[in-house]
Amino acid sequence: MSKPKFAMYWAASCGGCEIAVLNIHEKILDVDAAFDVVFWPVAMDAKYKDVEAMQDGEITLCLFNGGMRNDENEHIAKLLRRKSKIMVAFGSCACEGCIPGLANFSSIQDMVDTAFTTITTDNPDNIRPVSSYAMPEGNITIPTLNPMLKTLDQVVDVDYYMPGCPPESHQITAVVDLVIAALNGKAELPAKGATIGAGNSTVCDECPRKRNVKTIKEFRRIQFTTTDPELCLLEQGIPCNGVATRSGCNARCPSAAAQCIGCYGPAEGVVDYGARLISAFASVIDSDSPEEIDKILDGLVDPAGQFYRFNLAGSLLRASKLAQKG
Amino acid sequence: MTEETKPFEPVIIGFTCNWCSYRAADLAGTARMKYAPNVRLIRLMCSGRLDPTFVFRAFAGGADAVLVSGCHPGDCHYSTQNYKALRRFLLMKRVLNQMGIESGRLKLLWASAAEGQIFANEITKFVEEVRLLGPLNWNTTGVNIPAEVAKEEVTA
Repeated sequence: MSKPKFAMYWAASCGGCEIAVLNIHEKILDVDAAFDVVFWPVAMDAKYKDVEAMQDGEITLCLFNGGMRNDENEHIAKLLRRKSKIMVAFGSCACEGCIPGLANFSSIQDMVDTAFTTITTDNPDNIRPVSSYAMPEGNITIPTLNPMLKTLDQVVDVDYYMPGCPPESHQITAVVDLVIAALNGKAELPAKGATIGAGNSTVCDECPRKRNVKTIKEFRRIQFTTTDPELCLLEQGIPCNGVATRSGCNARCPSAAAQCIGCYGPAEGVVDYGARLISAFASVIDSDSPEEIDKILDGLVDPAGQFYRFNLAGSLLRASKLAQKG
Repeated sequence: MTEETKPFEPVIIGFTCNWCSYRAADLAGTARMKYAPNVRLIRLMCSGRLDPTFVFRAFAGGADAVLVSGCHPGDCHYSTQNYKALRRFLLMKRVLNQMGIESGRLKLLWASAAEGQIFANEITKFVEEVRLLGPLNWNTTGVNIPAEVAKEEVTA
């Protein structure tokens, strides 16, 4: 009997998710033993036409990472959806937009200008990419940018979500074990739409720091201050996103004296990640006077960036007015 | 009137608390005070119940503005929760601003159960302010809110 087929793809992402998969060490041999890897651009040579030639549903498991930045991303997302039985939004970019989704704060023009004119770019002729260009040999094309970055489930139907930037290796290992067990009839897959490879609670629940009553008089940036190693960071005025973030990472950042920045996405039941954080942060401010509250809020230098660093494209508002206008 | 000359009728979602501001609206109603019909009121037990998610969902779903209303400072039925609403309101405004939503589209109004007239006047004022800002037209697929506003007075 031939082995079930496995595919992995990257759309708008950094490649960290691919590294995270390889980072499961010798477990990767189990993946190879259980699956026939048919399409994985970062690891092997396969062409889009190979995927197009497959039967619908021929791929058993597709781990799809990256957001929908251009029409090529969307095309491959739709293609792999058709060819795959189980489509997993793998990593924060596919689930909720992640760092590439931060471009949804700017107009597409500003985004392109930043990429092609700022100091780190050598572009003396001030050239911009165009999606179609006439050459003597014929028209050449590159993918067209979407004005707003979309999440995978805003384009295709997704079976499971696996959050994290990137997903932790022990979580990937657990998911690989589960899928292999399910293929052998030894385990049940969770219900469609479930979040896999993560906890059902918040980062705070896994955080070893001591918690008391949270009341704060100022927000402080962690790089400009020294923190108590035992006490909850938010209680010390450090804007830590743990309260709204899904558990599953073993509270790595707060354990290492860095605030949670929210890469595991919204906790179970949270509709809008940023809204939940606004609620939480506003609740701990120890003041009833509008003037003083405003002064305390000045300590949060970039609130939207703080609350939507990973989640802008997947939030209720999805993109700023500038990005929406294109 | 033709489509072009019809004035823009903003859709505003208003969150009121059970104990003060909803009763102010009730008083305005029983006293037959006239005010702009553009606000759809949603009653919460307390302004402290206002999850910013409600506000973002309203904007994403087609609202042009959102009103948050509660008991006056010091008067909260649940002692201090309206201060929580105040802090959330101030932080939400900052975030909405970064998203390109003008701060004039989110209003906080304290109204006691006796202040029906103030409630009615403030709503009429707010509707005119939002009318000047124009439609928000948020480009997302969300909850659909009917754009047509009731224009006829309904007899009590």
